Amino acid sequence: MSAAREVPIVTRPHVENFIRWSADKPEVVVLSADLTNSCEVGKWRDTYPERFFSMGMAEQNMLSFAGGLAREGFEPWLHTFAVFLYRRPLDQLQMSVAYPNLRVRLVGFLPGITTPGGVTHQAIDDIAVMRAIPNMTILETGDATEVESVLDVAHAIDGPVYIRMLRGEVPRLFPQDERFTFNRARALSLAGNTIHDPADLVVLTSGILTEEALRAVPALQSAGVSVTHLHVSTLKPFTDPTIIHALQAATGAIVTMENHLITGGLGSAVAETMAEAGISTPLHRIGLPDTYAHGASQAHLLAEYHLDAFSLVRTAEIALDRELAIDAVDLAPVRVAATHSSAKVEAL
Amino acid sequence: MTLYPEPMADPVPNPRSMAAGIRRRVLAHVLANNGGYLSQACSAAELLAVLYGRVLNLSPLPAPLHPPAFEAVPGPDAPRVSGGLFHGEPGPDLDRFIISPAHYALVVYAALIEAGRLDEAALDQFNKDGSTVEMIGAEHSPGFETTTGSLAQALSTAGGIALGRRMKDETGRTFVFMSDGEFQEGQTWEALQALVYYRLDTVRVIVDVNRAQCDGPMDSVMTIEPLATKLKAFGASVDSVDGHDIAALTRALERSTGRPHFVLAYTDPTRGVPLMNERRPVLHYLRFTGDDERSRYQDYYDDLLATGADGADR
Repeated sequence: MSAAREVPIVTRPHVENFIRWSADKPEVVVLSADLTNSCEVGKWRDTYPERFFSMGMAEQNMLSFAGGLAREGFEPWLHTFAVFLYRRPLDQLQMSVAYPNLRVRLVGFLPGITTPGGVTHQAIDDIAVMRAIPNMTILETGDATEVESVLDVAHAIDGPVYIRMLRGEVPRLFPQDERFTFNRARALSLAGNTIHDPADLVVLTSGILTEEALRAVPALQSAGVSVTHLHVSTLKPFTDPTIIHALQAATGAIVTMENHLITGGLGSAVAETMAEAGISTPLHRIGLPDTYAHGASQAHLLAEYHLDAFSLVRTAEIALDRELAIDAVDLAPVRVAATHSSAKVEAL
Repeated sequence: MTLYPEPMADPVPNPRSMAAGIRRRVLAHVLANNGGYLSQACSAAELLAVLYGRVLNLSPLPAPLHPPAFEAVPGPDAPRVSGGLFHGEPGPDLDRFIISPAHYALVVYAALIEAGRLDEAALDQFNKDGSTVEMIGAEHSPGFETTTGSLAQALSTAGGIALGRRMKDETGRTFVFMSDGEFQEGQTWEALQALVYYRLDTVRVIVDVNRAQCDGPMDSVMTIEPLATKLKAFGASVDSVDGHDIAALTRALERSTGRPHFVLAYTDPTRGVPLMNERRPVLHYLRFTGDDERSRYQDYYDDLLATGADGADR
């Protein structure tokens, strides 16, 4: 039995943090497409009305408008649901923002299956699409500390940045002073003393699935599996030496876990890295397997699509060809976030 | 003894002779290359001549510039190269000029040459490997400040530029040149509603309403009329003018209305080269059918040169 871990919850970490952060950055402007409170910038709008621009439900125009503002020296931070930043306005994103390598920040909310909004609202292919866009940087937040500290990382990049953002009740998995570091994975478990030490299992996780993995890793270790677990928050570029070192140290299997299709995201990036480095350890990708999802709670969808903590255990058993004798009750407890809690301004 | 001194030579030729020069240069190029975007020169010659020759308040250039060779696309280690270089150093009280239909590139280059901003040898590099004088104007191509070959994005970008300039207390205007086909794109109307909502009255748009597009006459593809009525309903001000009337174009472009202002320049895509009428209804791109057709265009070109006619009334 693993000890129950107390996960602190931060309610709407982006709201006040983004306001504080923007205070001394007059070049930062916000563009929104009728999802202002849903993307936690309603108070920002009221604090800085002169640099908040409501663009209406017109995302194609919003993307090109942002390009124009960036050309004049401003730094537009677009806040809307992720799907509306890259599906409908993909041509505008590419031609008006990415090709000219402009300092536009795309803050995409509701990544993957974090919303009950169903297929229209679930960004399950955003990383795949964004990884195929030259000049784009892709950052993904996995907890409140990353939601807070991703701002500085994005601000420092001289080109467009896409952020997979979390909202509402967000767990704090990482100490507040261990900030988001560009292109550097967090080692959450090491099989030995260093990243170079051999590990039965190397697990790479991103976004909200890191919390799921954290529930399962202690049970795997208790069952005698040596695990190196990395949390990956920079998805493009994908050149972090920490990741390559960990992959090279895998002796049994490598597992990726992502809140995204298994094509084009973290699992694909790891596969490409392994192939180029000549690493032939078997790779198992946990994610959505070439399917759309549907509207349901996050917990339900995590279980239905085998994205949850127990899925990591099952995958480890298959990958290592070992019976681990772990039951669901052996995992750290599930943290249940209320779908319609007061932390969420609207159902969506 | 003369009472009055000889008038000084105008540093920039008058728009009428500029327009004639644009048509002549594009026709010469089409003859030399067995094809090209000729109808766009016929329709837009006066529009670009009036803008570059009279209306736009741009920094002067000491001499026509040579187009830079292609080096790299924009990226982390490659700063953006802007075709706005040919519009001179920008300034807070100066105008900006954003060109939307990138397939008008040849016409734009000819206009820049006529305006004394681009070395006339630049056309020798047109559509050549390693050149920035591209067939479809790119962001590094002379005269192009943005990436606009995917149509209807320039108006939105210009809106962002105008909004940014207003936040910096700049007073210069932001002009946009558009083709009429772009009013079939939804983004154009998204841009328009935002321009009106934010009262961006420094944005002035000139539209080449030549009623011709790639598949043929516009009304056989997707009609956009009544365009002026639609634009006014969105809250813009509109002047509809004869796009070959230099005085009317100038008046309409200089009019301050307190709203985003659209000048609908109704044009003839065969103006100045009446031979083009034989090719109706499809005028978008001219490729000679054979030596016979080519030689008739050559004869017409030779006649223009020999008589010194400007062709604008033909």
